[in-house]
Formats: sequence, C-alpha cells, structure tokens
Amino acid sequence: MSVFNQSRSRIIRIIFLIAFVVIIAQLFYLQIVEGKYRQLAMDNAVFAKVVYPERGIIFDRKGKAILNNTIIYDLMVTPAEVKGIDTLEFCRLIGIDTAEFKKRILEARFKNTAVRPSVFKGLLTKELQARFEENSWKYPGFNLVERPLRTYPFNAAAHILGYIREADTKDIEKSGDFYRQGDYIGKTGLEAYYEKVLMGQRGVQYMIKDNKNRLVGHYENGAFDTASVAGRGLRTYIDVELQQLAEKLMSNKVGGIVAIDPKTGGILAMVSGPNFNPNDLTGSEGSKNYSRMVLDVTGPMLNRAIGGRYEPGSTFKPLGALVALNEGVITPSYGYPCGGRYTLCGHGKPACTHAGGGHADNVRLSIANSCNAYYAHIYRLTVDNPKYGNVKRGYLKWREYMNTFGLGVRLGLDLPNENPGFIADTSVYNKENANYWTSCTNLTLGIGQDKMLTTPLQMANAMCIVANRGYYYTPHFVEKIDGETEEDTVLMNKFRVKHDVLTHIPDTAFTAVIEGMNDVVKFGTARVAQIPNIDVCAKTGTAENYTILDGKRIKLPNNSMFVCFAPKDNPKIAIAVFVQNAGFGATWAGPISRIMIEKYLNDTLMTKSKADLERIANTNLMPAYFKRLQYKEDSIRAYNWYRDYKDSSLIKRFLKLSASVNKQKSAPPGRKMPGQHKKETMAVIMPEEKIYHKHANPAAA
Amino acid sequence: MRQSNPAISKGIDWSLVWIYLLLVSIGLTAIFAATYKEGDAVVQSFINFKTDYSKQFYFFCFSALLGFFILLTDSKFFAATANLLYAVGIVMLLLVFPFHSPIKGTESIIKLGAFNFQPAELCKIFVALALAKYLSRPETDFTKTRSQLIAAGIALLPAALTIMQSETGLALVYFSFFIVMYREGLPSIVLIIGFSIAALIVATIVIEPNTLAIILTAIAAFIIYLFRRQIKRRRDLLVTILFLWALCVGIQRFAVPMIFKNVLQKHQVERIYDLFGKDNPYLEKGEEISAEDAKKKKESGSSYNVRQSKIAIGSGGFFGKGLLNATQTRYDFVPEQRTDFIFCTVGEGFGFLGSIILLGLYLILLLRIVTIAERQRSVFSRCYAYGVASVFFFHMAINIGMTIGLAPVIGIPLPFISYGGTSLLTFTIILFILIRLDADRQMVLR
Repeated sequence: MSVFNQSRSRIIRIIFLIAFVVIIAQLFYLQIVEGKYRQLAMDNAVFAKVVYPERGIIFDRKGKAILNNTIIYDLMVTPAEVKGIDTLEFCRLIGIDTAEFKKRILEARFKNTAVRPSVFKGLLTKELQARFEENSWKYPGFNLVERPLRTYPFNAAAHILGYIREADTKDIEKSGDFYRQGDYIGKTGLEAYYEKVLMGQRGVQYMIKDNKNRLVGHYENGAFDTASVAGRGLRTYIDVELQQLAEKLMSNKVGGIVAIDPKTGGILAMVSGPNFNPNDLTGSEGSKNYSRMVLDVTGPMLNRAIGGRYEPGSTFKPLGALVALNEGVITPSYGYPCGGRYTLCGHGKPACTHAGGGHADNVRLSIANSCNAYYAHIYRLTVDNPKYGNVKRGYLKWREYMNTFGLGVRLGLDLPNENPGFIADTSVYNKENANYWTSCTNLTLGIGQDKMLTTPLQMANAMCIVANRGYYYTPHFVEKIDGETEEDTVLMNKFRVKHDVLTHIPDTAFTAVIEGMNDVVKFGTARVAQIPNIDVCAKTGTAENYTILDGKRIKLPNNSMFVCFAPKDNPKIAIAVFVQNAGFGATWAGPISRIMIEKYLNDTLMTKSKADLERIANTNLMPAYFKRLQYKEDSIRAYNWYRDYKDSSLIKRFLKLSASVNKQKSAPPGRKMPGQHKKETMAVIMPEEKIYHKHANPAAA
Repeated sequence: MRQSNPAISKGIDWSLVWIYLLLVSIGLTAIFAATYKEGDAVVQSFINFKTDYSKQFYFFCFSALLGFFILLTDSKFFAATANLLYAVGIVMLLLVFPFHSPIKGTESIIKLGAFNFQPAELCKIFVALALAKYLSRPETDFTKTRSQLIAAGIALLPAALTIMQSETGLALVYFSFFIVMYREGLPSIVLIIGFSIAALIVATIVIEPNTLAIILTAIAAFIIYLFRRQIKRRRDLLVTILFLWALCVGIQRFAVPMIFKNVLQKHQVERIYDLFGKDNPYLEKGEEISAEDAKKKKESGSSYNVRQSKIAIGSGGFFGKGLLNATQTRYDFVPEQRTDFIFCTVGEGFGFLGSIILLGLYLILLLRIVTIAERQRSVFSRCYAYGVASVFFFHMAINIGMTIGLAPVIGIPLPFISYGGTSLLTFTIILFILIRLDADRQMVLR
C-alpha cells in the first residue's frame, strides 16, 4: 500500500518547507527590515539616571565653610520585602501607630508598586537614624538612603546664604526645561545669585532596568555615562565671627546691619532682624519651620538689610554737607546762626537740639552738633541755587547727587531682591502741591526725612564713599569663585570696577565732613562709639515713626540709627546700623557699631563692650504692636479658612478669646486690613518681588 | 536483551542523535541566558539543581538515560504494546480530572513529589504509536471511510480530554496526526475542506460579518455565472453551489460566533483576536471594557507578551546582541521566556543568523525524519515516523509562529529547547523510539 501514496511524501516535505519560508520571511522582516524594535528594546530596558553633583561650598574670608553639605537619611520601604517584622515594635521605634504604618505601606504600594522602594519617612533625625541603624537587621524591606543636605556650621548668615528648594513648575519653565522635577534650585540669597556656579553639572548614568523598573546594573558598563561635575566654592568677604556677633547683637530686634570693607566693597557682615537659624529650614522640621516663618508678621524671612526702607534721619547729614560743599553754595567755614529752630520757612521747623553758642559755625561743628536748622538751610541753598534757575531743576540736580551716592537706586550687590529705596521725583511733589512748591515744601529732606527712604546697605555704602573720599566698589559678598571660568569673570567684573563717582568733590570738603564725624565720636552724640587707639568717624540718627493699628494712628518709639567708619585715616570698615523702634541712635545702634568695629579691627572686646554685648543681646526691642498684628492676621486667616473650607479647626481658638474684641470693632474682619502697617512704618521685602510691590512700595502707588 | 547482537549502535541513525544533542545544548544555553542573574556562580549553579538551567540539565541527563534504554529495547516491544500504552495514556488523562494539582490556568498537571507531571504532553507518544499500529494492521483498509473515522478517533480522543483540562494548545497538537493519515491515503479533499474551513474562520474574524456575507454571496453568484451552461444541463450542480454558499454563511454568521461564545474560553478567544489585532467582540453585556482597561490589558495580556516578544526578536538584528546582553529577555520583559517564549532568547541574543541556524536544524530534523519514514519496510515504523515529524512540525511552527506574531499564543513548548521536564522527556522518548525502530528498518513489524 505504501507505494500508492509515495508522492504524498513530497507534498508533506513541501508543506514543511513553506512553513519554514514563512517563518524566515517574518524573521527577516522583524530583525532586518523593521528598525524600530531596537529602539523599543532600548526604551524598555535603559534608563537615564541623573546623577546630582555636590553643590558648591561657601567660605568666609578666613576660609571657614559657612555653608556646607552633609548627608541625611530617608527611610525607604520596599513593601514586597517586608516580611515577618514586629510591626508594633517598629512603630514604637519610629514613633507612629500601626494604623499610620499600614497607611504608609499602602501609599508606597500605590505610588511605586510593591517591588520598588519608596520613602517611608523622609529626613530622619540623627537620633532616629541611630536608633534605626541599631535595629535595622530586624526589619527586612526597610533601608536608609542618603540624601544630600545643606548645612550651616555656624548657624549664621541665613539671609545672606539663602536656601534651596525643589524647583517648581515656574522655575522649570523659566529655565527652558533645564531644571527637572526634583532638582534643587537656589531660591534666595547667594544660593540663588550664584546658582549657576554652585549647582555644578548634572551627570547621566545609563542604567539597565527590568520589567518592573528596578535598576539592575550599568548599561554597556557605563560607556555612555557622563560624570557629574561638583559645584564650585565661593570665597566671600564675610567674617563669620563678626557675622555671628552682629546676629547676636540684633537678636530680638527689628532692623538691619551692614558692614563693608570700603577698600574693596566686600561685605563683612549683614544682619536682618528678626533673624533665624538657617539650619531650621533644612532637615526633618524644615517645611514646618518654613511655613511658620512665612506666616510670622515680624517677617523673619525678610532681609531688612537690603530690603528694609528707613528714613535715614540725621545719618544723612554728612551727605547733605558734601553736596552743598561741592555745589559751592557753602564753604567748609560756612556758619548758620541757629537759635534752636529753623525760622526761614515761617513755621519754625525743624527744631534743633542745640540753641546758639555757635554750635553750627562751620561744617565740622554742624555735623558734630547735628544741627537740624543748618542742614535744612544748606539743603535749601542747594536746590535754590540760582545756577539751576528754579527749585525743580535744583531739586533734580540734588536728586542726581543722591543717586550718585547710591540712594534711590539699586546698588546691584550679589543678592537678589534688593530694594532701591526711595528718593521722590519732582512729579511726586508736583502732584501733591498742585504743581507749585518751593524748597520749604520738602526742606526736611536736608535732615534725611520727608520722601526719602534708604536701606541699611545704601547707608553703609554711602559711608564707604565718604571714607574713601569719593569712590566705592559695588558692595558684594563674593571675592573669588573657585576655578573661575570666563563666564564667572563676566559675572564678577561688575564688582571689580572702581566707581569714581564723587572724587571730584574737593578734598577740603571731605576733610571737613570726616573731621566733623570724628568730632561726633569725640565730643558729640556718638561718644558711645569711642574706642581707644582707633579714630572712629560716625553719625547718629533718630527718626520718628507711626503705624496704624485698629484704625488708629499710633506713635511708635523712634528708630535708632548709626553710621560710621574706622579708622579715620585708613578706613577698613564702614557700618550702618538701623534698629527699629529702639530710641535714640546712640543708645542701641551706637554700641552695636562700636562692638563690631572692635571685633573686626582688634579681634577682642573691651570689658565694657563685653558687658554691653550681653546687655544688648538680652534686650528685647520687638515692637509690642506685632503681637496684636499677629493675632489679627491669624484670626483673619482662620476666618477665611473657615469661610472657604468650612473647617472650624483654626477659628475655634479665636472665637473664645475674642468675643469682646469683636464687639469693639465695627467692621468685620476683612482681607484688606493686614498690610497697612507696612506701608506706614517700614517697607519690607518679601521673598518674592511681586508680593513686595503689591504691599510695600508706596512709590509704586 | 534478547538479541545476541552486541552492537546496540548498529543501524542507528547518528544524524538524528547529533541534531538532538545540538538542539538540547542550544536549549540549555537559551535557558541559561534567560534566567542567569548577575553574579551567579555558573558551574556551581549548573550542578546544584536550584536554577532552571540546572534543572533542565538534570532533566536532560535523565532523558538521555531513558533514550539509551529505549535504544536497548526490542523494536517489537513498541508495536506489541502500542494499544496497551494508548489505553494507559487515556487512563492517565482521565486520572487527571480527580487528581490534578491546583495550579492556576490549567487542570492538566499531576504533582508527583517535587515534579509536575503533565499526561497530556506524554500522551502524544502513545497516540503516535497507536495510530501507527492501527494503520499498519493488515485488515485495515484505509480507503474506507470507517477506517478513516476510527483513525481520526484515535488521534482526537486525547485531544477532547485535553481540551477539557483547559489545555487547548496541547489538544491542537493532535490535529497534526492528520498529516500521517494524509500520507497513508486520507483523501486530499478532507484536508482541503479542513483548510477551507480554517480560512473561512479566519475571514470571519478579520472581516465584518455582513461584508463577508456579501462577499460570499458575490462569489457564489460569480461561480453560478461561470457554470451557467453546466447548470442548465445539471440542476444538482446549482443545488450543490447553493448548499455550499448556505453552509459558508451559516458557519460565518452562526457557527463561529456560537463556538466563540459558548465553547472556547474567554481568554482563548481573546488570544485569537489579539493575533489579528482586534478586540474580542463576543463580550457579554456589561463586560465591555473601557479604553483605559484596554490599555492596561494591552500591558499585561497576551498581546503584551507578543509585543514584547516581537521587540526582543526584532531588536536582535542580524547578528544579535550576544548571549548575556539581550536586555529584553534578561530583564524579564518577555513573560514565559524560558518556556513558551524561549525562541526570543535565541532571536534577541543571536539575531537573524542564529534564528536561521536553529530553524535550519529543525528543517534538517524534519526532512531527515521524512526520509527515514520513507525507507521503512514496515508500515508501522513509517506511520510512527510521520507521526513524529508531524508533532515536531506542529510544535515548532506554532511555537515560533506565536513568538513572531504569526500564530495565536496557545502555550505549547518548542521541542528540545523550552524549559520543562515533561516536554523534554516526551520529545526524547518520541525521538528515540523512532531511532530504535529505524535501526531495525529491515524488520517488518505488525
């Protein structure tokens, strides 16, 4: 029978062959013709892992690291590997309850699947980390993962250094998608200004991942990887000991201190009060502290040294004298017969602390005795200078001088969010006075009042100009960038240019003013600043101020101000100190300046200064109205919260306490109430400039 | 052994043995590549019976030993016990029903100590033997329809039992025995009808029901037009054509949907539709899936397997990525890669070249078996040899076909390559019986 069907064996062979040809054709198509599969396999298995570089370190003038990197640990969990652990004991160790434990495990599973590690508890405290490490063998599936963190070994210079945060969508957009989700970016301070230098360069590692997105090794043994480049260090002028001292002096006070080396423009110390410990913003409590500080009405996050706007008061007088002298409207020997008040404008203002006795017989004496009448008068002489035809043109000339001194303009230091202060334009006076006004209208400009607001930095810089007899360098913190590149040099060049702005003022004028300021220390209001063997030149200032609280205008204690430089003949340090609501300039700001000069020039303190230091540091000069303000802000926020979210948890506290308070108030709490005080008394700068413009800039209004 | 001839090797076809050894080595290498983890001590883990490649190695040793014993066995033994073995096989299949182990997705496995034993796999040998026995009986007249039906029954009884154990893939293998029957004189028309029905079913899946009905009607009308002269003379021709038309439309409109809805399981229907890139239209009300679920399903279901498998093979290129550089297979992107999708490892690691070599080996194997079949004096041996070729062919074509998207994913192993003790053992036995029979090709077995 077999012979009958033998031909069929050939057909069967052909069937086999056809099947093979079909399979080979498909293989040929998949493996040779179609190119996409190679890429698809790459997409599947290769993961570009970003390697974060270490951020740059910031050093002070003596090479001490004032901003450094450290490592903190996140507790990670891989839910699939958590087996047979004593949950109760674990919860006790970590300090949570079992319900929370279950919730977090579930969250981890949900977010990252059971086989990939997710954060169980972020940023462990040192103590918790140690406790966990001891017991880690008991808890499979849990492990610690390093997280780099910024640390501040001296607990100082929070406002200068700034902080970093994860880049938000706005940052990412602004950078043209250079930053990615999860990247850290400098938000304020030097961290923000020198972001490009500090951040370094990200690296990429191509890792192989498996079907569950776990990384299992390097792709091609790392042949395509790019190494990360660590951020470069910044060498600053900051004297961290001086900075710490200044911060101690400023504790529980509102205001700002700036100390500059006049020879270089290098900022030696800069403090804003109230202050905070920069380490508070990092670590496990970081975000909690951050939100607390943001809501604090005293504004610990604001850098008042470059953003606080104050009437300079009498500290302005040396500048007024220099302008008048340079304009030739007076000579160093020009005297004014002050009888206790300025009478030439008809209203007998301003008054003067001295009367007669020839206390304003020349420039030097007028500064030493801080004669208000003298300075109101020479201001008038300056703007009424016949050379300019009318007061408006004269005023514009005077305003130009102010800008040259760095007032009313941004100096451009290496911190973001600097405030330009305020010197009114003629249009402001035109508007307020129906276009007709004389030098009497704003004669108190001569004594640093009226529409004139300066920042502590601007006044310190102005002192540098006086000390240097006409020139200055733009104030800045950073002296050198490690491994400076061409790009860095471009960035730094603006700080290395000598601004010979006022060297055309005759030397005699400077001598008169400087000697006058020296006399202030020797015989005048700043005797408190005397230091043996050091010739200090200084000028005190006191400015009245008011605030509106609960609809009433109330007078606050005067702002205490002090500007100085030393030594007289070879100035090494220029300081401006502003203490809000503290009283006379000589009471608080004076000793603060003296202690700082001593520390910087002598590196030791006199016995008297040591005592003063403790006394000042322990004095709380926080204005009392802040308490009431905080209460109002909090209650309004609680009310708004209740109104918008129907959640009474916040407002409860206020309902019990403030029943009586509410009766007194006619208007219900509204959103417009907060913020008024800021317009009136102090101009503060918020971390974001936009908010600042909205709330705190009368010039913009 | 009863025979006094001391040379066991006499008459043995060594080419088959060499191909066998080569394929098993390729299989071991592929399993090694698919399951090796960085840092494993290779030699040690080959011996320790813990890794899959180690287990497969021991399975091979055991299978080879068994193969050796088969070579020592008298050829007459197989012809003599064929029917008995078939009966044993059926009993084993029946025993599965009460004793199968609770493994998900299948009811075909019995646990024997540490080993999973799958009678459906083993039964192929017995069917091949029994079918050969039946066809080689002198009293069997295979031109008679009755004999043809009995032969088909012998092949399809285990298939029916296997389907009942949710192993449709393994059951389909038994259809390959029609090749044996074809060789032994089954009318071509049976195969042609079989293929036509298969084509119609495929068309049903691919083409809209109404469109297909219209096409079929058009074809019928065209045929009537072509044969209008003959029809005038012979009315019954028209009746035949109309009957065929009605049958086709009936299959397409009613039979196929009925089978898909009621006979096959949901995942099987889905796999068939996945193959053609279509969604299963036979879901009951309320079972329709949202687009999101569909996407999820794509990432986990059988279409995901095929997609990943195609990526693996496609990314291999001409020369492949090298044994341990195959990312798709090494990092578990292809599911079931040691068993049903083992061909991916070869395709990705060794590329087009390696795949061609493997396919070449298979082709040589099949053609060699056909050649051997044709040189047998005894019908029993010839039928058995064709049975072996058919089983190998079906496994090979469907398995590789499913990894490259040409066949539905029906989970049958690649002979000698796929990981799995039972399948390696089965294929070894089936092949070595053939070698034994061939060694005695001069003998006439009944």
